[in-house]
Amino acid sequence: MEAGHSVPKSQPTVKSFVKTAAKGFNVHVNDKYYAAAFLGPSLLILGVFVFYPMVRTLYLSLFLTNNVGRPTVFVGLKNYVSLLTSAAYRASLTATGFYVVGVVVLTLALGILLAQATVQKLAGIQWFRTIFSATMGVSVSVAAIFWLFIFSPSVGLLDQIAAFFHLPVINWLTDPGWAMVAIIVSTVWMNLGFTFLILFGALQMVPPTLYEAADIEGASKGYQFWHVTLPMISPTLFFTATVTLIGAFKSFGLIDLMTAGGPNNATNLMVYQVYKDAFLTGNYGMASAESIILALVIALFTLLQFKFLEKRVTY
Amino acid sequence: MMSLTKTHKSLRYLGLGLLALLILGPFILGFWTSLMPTADIAKGILISSHLSLANYVDAVQQTAILRYLVNSLVISTLTMLAQVFFCSLGAYTFVFLKFKGRDFLFYVILATMMLPFEAEVIPNFATVRFLNLLNHYAVMVIPFLTSTFGIFMLRQAFRQIPGELKEAADIEGLNHWQFYWRVALPYARISIFTLAAYSFLESWNQYLWPMLTTFSDKFRPVQDGLRQLQSQETFNNWGMIQASAVIVVIPTLLVLFVGQHYFKNGLNEGATK
Repeated sequence: MEAGHSVPKSQPTVKSFVKTAAKGFNVHVNDKYYAAAFLGPSLLILGVFVFYPMVRTLYLSLFLTNNVGRPTVFVGLKNYVSLLTSAAYRASLTATGFYVVGVVVLTLALGILLAQATVQKLAGIQWFRTIFSATMGVSVSVAAIFWLFIFSPSVGLLDQIAAFFHLPVINWLTDPGWAMVAIIVSTVWMNLGFTFLILFGALQMVPPTLYEAADIEGASKGYQFWHVTLPMISPTLFFTATVTLIGAFKSFGLIDLMTAGGPNNATNLMVYQVYKDAFLTGNYGMASAESIILALVIALFTLLQFKFLEKRVTY
Repeated sequence: MMSLTKTHKSLRYLGLGLLALLILGPFILGFWTSLMPTADIAKGILISSHLSLANYVDAVQQTAILRYLVNSLVISTLTMLAQVFFCSLGAYTFVFLKFKGRDFLFYVILATMMLPFEAEVIPNFATVRFLNLLNHYAVMVIPFLTSTFGIFMLRQAFRQIPGELKEAADIEGLNHWQFYWRVALPYARISIFTLAAYSFLESWNQYLWPMLTTFSDKFRPVQDGLRQLQSQETFNNWGMIQASAVIVVIPTLLVLFVGQHYFKNGLNEGATK
């Protein structure tokens, strides 16, 4: 490129010349042109679809809006105040909290169980590893359809089992409490493949000598699990927990397909609420405020994750 | 280690088998009912003797399920290629190029990892409507041409490249594009493959965005397509819905299993040099 041959404007000192020469010729002179070409496309996309919308959402959240989403009257923080004092929105926050905790705890517990079950040396264990990772290949709408059938009234598997054993039939998707259980179970199932793979990888990295030493000391398997395995995989566990948590806060597809936020708004999670207010009722100002609250919650947990990963990298 | 007794061993297999049933149950049930006549399913019969592929024929003939698959394949492939390309170029910038404000820019970009796309759909919808992208492949590709996560991940990978390689390349007179293309990309291939797989699946699993921005079968991807089938005319035709779900899940399961095999070999290859 032509720019590379141009003489630097300031007179180079001997020291700086030697420094440059040592790294080879023509170093860093036209870096900024390369940077513009290499990074430009990414910056443009992030600017238009990530930075601008965040600022715009924040802006819209301070206004009343008309039915095409244009701001009309500035109301300051009034949208936020009315949200946080509304029983319906607080119920949505509570439901989200319940769902997130349920999903994270069950996903991690079962993920560890699956990973622990397959680190042992047994003939054919490879097959079980493949099976346990299978739900990674399941997309949200497929998972929703499979589970919708299992939970569906009368024809579904669970109701048929209940009928067979003369147990009381549960209205899985029409009873507010059970609907929450149903979407938690479906989400956990969908999460397990990925969680298993990550935790299995972590378990394999634990040095066998630690267990050998513990065996010699006469430590029980349970003791070894709590005092060797868990501490050793805790960084990965933390990573998996935050990824699962953030994913759960963003849940939308399963809810939309299985319960549509119902019954009685029992599964009306945060993203679903945004969708309803913005795209079903056209209340864009309110939906923007809800988006900002969602973003704040997720930002908080992402920051936590960054902080922790940073520590891990530098230990 | 001590050898396990026979009962101990079979107990372990029993436990593993139960766990496998838990994971595979929904697959098996979905597949099984996809072979059954809907009339039997509706009667609550789970053991039917009229198994056939009729539901698959119906799904392919009466719905746009194959078109949805093709749409998703196009969208996810384009997104994957674009992300690998633009993220790696971006990551390269942050590792090998020196310019004023580089680190500040990196932190600004990193900060966007905290912003969930779900919280930005309102202005983004207005933007794509303004750009006239609605109901087209472009609407599902253009916003995702790059990703902060990809830039971050490949930056980590490029930082592993030994400084001597860059110095040797400088002496050889390779420019940045040549170094990027011939050295950096092949060196970081494991991370590149990981990002490729990740971005493909991420795009394939998109649900909310295509649901808001596509209105015709011509461009609708699978997730939204299944939603369409499930919520509309075919509701209660369980056999056909299950068959559609199975048709959709098979390609990703295949990719997952083949990918796992390939990925393992790739890792071993890297380990033995």
